[in-house]
Amino acid sequence: MSSTTASAAALPADPKAPAAGAVKKPVNPRSAKRRRTLAQWGFIAPAVIFMALFFGYPLVRNIVMSFQDYSPSTFFTGEAPFNGFDNWSNVFNDGLFGKALWQTILFTVGSLVGQFCIGLGLAVFFTRRFPLNGILRSLILLPWLVPMVVSGIVWRRIFDQDTGVLNSFLGTIGLPGDTPWLTSTSMALISVILVNIWIGIPFNMVILYGGLQEVPKELNEAASLDGASAWRTFRSVTLPMLKPVITVVLVLGFMSTVKILDLVLALTDGGPADSTQTLGTLTYQNSFVQMDFGAGAVVGNILILISAVFAVFYLRANRNEGK
Amino acid sequence: MRQPRRRPHRRVIVPLTVVSALVGGVVLSGCGQQRDADVYTVMNSSTDESYHRWDAQTLARCSKTLGVRIEQQSVPASQVMTKALRMASSKSLPDVLQLDASEMPTFAEAGGLIPLKDLGLTTKDIPEGIVNFGSYDGKYYGAARTVNTLALFYNKDTLAKAGLEVPTTWAEMQATAKTLTQGKRYGLALSAGGAEDGVFQFAPFMWSNGGDETKLDSPQVAGALDYWKALLKDGSLSKSTVNWTQADVNDQFMAGNAAMMINGPWQVESLNAKKGLNWGMAQIPVPKAGDDSVGPLGGGILTVPNTGDEAREKMSARIIGCMSGEQEQITYAINSWMVPANEKAAAVWRTKAPELAALADQVATARSRTAKLGAQWSSVSLALQSAFQSALTGESSEAALKRAQQQVTSGN
Repeated sequence: MSSTTASAAALPADPKAPAAGAVKKPVNPRSAKRRRTLAQWGFIAPAVIFMALFFGYPLVRNIVMSFQDYSPSTFFTGEAPFNGFDNWSNVFNDGLFGKALWQTILFTVGSLVGQFCIGLGLAVFFTRRFPLNGILRSLILLPWLVPMVVSGIVWRRIFDQDTGVLNSFLGTIGLPGDTPWLTSTSMALISVILVNIWIGIPFNMVILYGGLQEVPKELNEAASLDGASAWRTFRSVTLPMLKPVITVVLVLGFMSTVKILDLVLALTDGGPADSTQTLGTLTYQNSFVQMDFGAGAVVGNILILISAVFAVFYLRANRNEGK
Repeated sequence: MRQPRRRPHRRVIVPLTVVSALVGGVVLSGCGQQRDADVYTVMNSSTDESYHRWDAQTLARCSKTLGVRIEQQSVPASQVMTKALRMASSKSLPDVLQLDASEMPTFAEAGGLIPLKDLGLTTKDIPEGIVNFGSYDGKYYGAARTVNTLALFYNKDTLAKAGLEVPTTWAEMQATAKTLTQGKRYGLALSAGGAEDGVFQFAPFMWSNGGDETKLDSPQVAGALDYWKALLKDGSLSKSTVNWTQADVNDQFMAGNAAMMINGPWQVESLNAKKGLNWGMAQIPVPKAGDDSVGPLGGGILTVPNTGDEAREKMSARIIGCMSGEQEQITYAINSWMVPANEKAAAVWRTKAPELAALADQVATARSRTAKLGAQWSSVSLALQSAFQSALTGESSEAALKRAQQQVTSGN
C-alpha cells in the first residue's frame, strides 16, 4: 500500500473534506469490491438487526415457549423444562379452544364482510361531487380516531339492556326495546361484530376511496358510451380495476381483526359464559390470568400461523400489483 | 496511511455503531438496575390520585422514622403481577411489593416472596382470618394494612318510603327486592361479570350457603346460584348483571336504578359525593336467620420479594412494619373506607367511623378466597365465572357447575 502513502499524507485530517485524493488514487479492484460489499451490508444491517431482534427473536421464543412448562417460577429460576406437546394437547383438549376458534372465524368473517360492503358503498358514494363531501368524509373517520378501548366502553353503555341509548331509541320508535345486546349468549357475539364493523368502516372506505380515484374516468365514460348500465359499469370496469386494492384492504383487515383482544375485553370480557371468547382473549387469559405462559404461547402461535398464511396472500397480491 | 482506506468504512461503521449503541443501550437499561444503598422502592397499585397521595404521606412518615429514602412506584392493579414477574427475571424487583391478596399465592409458590416472620415481623394482634389472608402454605407472606369485604348497600329513602326493613335473610331480600322493583328501578344490583369482580360477589352467597370452591358441583353452591337465578327471574336483578363490573353496579345504584346493591366500601367516597343520596350499609343477608354471613376478604397485602439481599430485605420488613403500624392503619382505613387489619386499631377505628360498623362485623367473619386453593384459585375462578354466566343466561345451575368442576379437575 505504499502507493497510497503520499496521498494519505497529503489528505487533510478532516474527514468531511472532499475525497479527491481517494478518488484519484489507483484503485485495487478487489478491495474496492470488498468495500462495496461491506457498505451494502452496512446499509442492510440496521434493518436486519432490527428485524432479528424485535420480530425474529420474539417469534422463535414464542414457539420454543409453547413446548415449555413456563410458569411464574420461571421468572425467578430461569428454568422452563421442556414438556413436549403437553401444552398443545392441553389447549386442544380444552373445550374452550374449539369454541374460541369458531367464534374467531365468525367474528372475522362477519366483521370483514360488514366493513367491506359498507366501506365500499360509502367510497363509491363519496366519488360523486356534492356539497359537504369533504366534511362528511372526514367525519366518517371519527371511529378510527377513537381509541379502541374508549369505543368499547362507550358501546358497552350504549348496548346496556335497561339504560342503554340503543334500546331506549328502539323503544321510542316502537320496536322492542329490550334486546339483550351484550347479555345474551346468542346476541353478544353479534353485538361485538357490529361494533367492530363500525370501527372498521373508515379504514375500508379511505383505502377503497383512494383506489377509486385511480380508476381512469375514461374507462367509465367509454363503458357508458357503449350503453352499459351503472351497475354493469361498476361490476365490469370499476371492480376489476379495484381488485388489487380490495385484496390489500381485505388482507390487512383480516390480520387486524383475527387477533382482536382489546375490543372484546372492553365490551364483554369474553362473556357472558365465554360466548365472545376469541383466540386473542384466550391467549390473554391463559398467559396473564392463569399465568400459564406455555398454553398462552400455543394459542399465540396458532394466531401467528393464521396471520402468516394471509400475509403470504398479501405479499403475492402486492407483487401482482407491481407487475 | 490508514486514513483513505478507512474512509468508505466509516460510512458502514457509523450506522453500525449507532445501531449497536441503541441496541446495547436498550439491553443494558433493561437489566441490572443498580440499587441505591439508602433508597428503597415500594411498588403498589395506587394509581388513583388520592391513594397515591395517602401512600406518599405514609411513606414520608416511615422514611423519617427509619432514616432511609422510600420511593413509591404505582402501576395499574391488573399489571402488578406481570410487571413484578418481569422485574424478577431482570433482577430489579422492588423492596416492598403490594399485591392483591388473591395473587399472592401464585407469586409465593414461584418462590418470589420471603416469609415475613423470618424477617422479624409478628402477627400479634392480627385476627386469624387476616393472618390466613396473607398466608400461603402455612407461611405468613403478606401484611395487610386494611382489609375490605362486600356488604349490602341500600337506599334509606327508598326503603323508608316502601315501609320496608333492611333484609337479613335471603327470603327477606328476595321479597324486599321484588317489592322495590318498580318502573326503571330494580330492587337489587350486583355484579356477575366475567372477571374476578363477579366471583368476588358470588363468594358470599356460596359460602354463607355452606358451599365451597373446592367442590363447585355441590348442592350448596348450586343453591346459591339458584338464588341468583331466582332474583333474575323475579325481575329484581337486571339482565345486564352478567355484563356489569362492581363499578357499573355502583353507577346503577347512584343513578337510582337500583334500590339495593352488593358492593364494597371503596365505593363510599363516590356515594358520599352524590348529593341527596341517603345510603346505608348492612351485612349481606344469609340463607336462614342465624346463619353466619361469610364475605370474601379483599385488599392489598405488603410483601417482601425475594431479591437475595438479606440486609435490604430486613429493612423492607421494617418498612412494612411501619406502614402497617397501628396508627398508620387507622389513618389509611379512615382515608380509604376500609377496616384496619389489627384488632386494636380496628377497635379505635370503630369509634371514628361508626357508619361502617356493619362492614367491621362482616370483616370479622370474612375469609380469604385463596386460603383453600392457593395458586389454583385463578383457574377455579375462571371456571366459576363461566358457570354462573351460563346459568344466568339459561342453563341449569347443576349442569353449569358440574361442567365447571370437570373443567377444574381436568385442568389440574
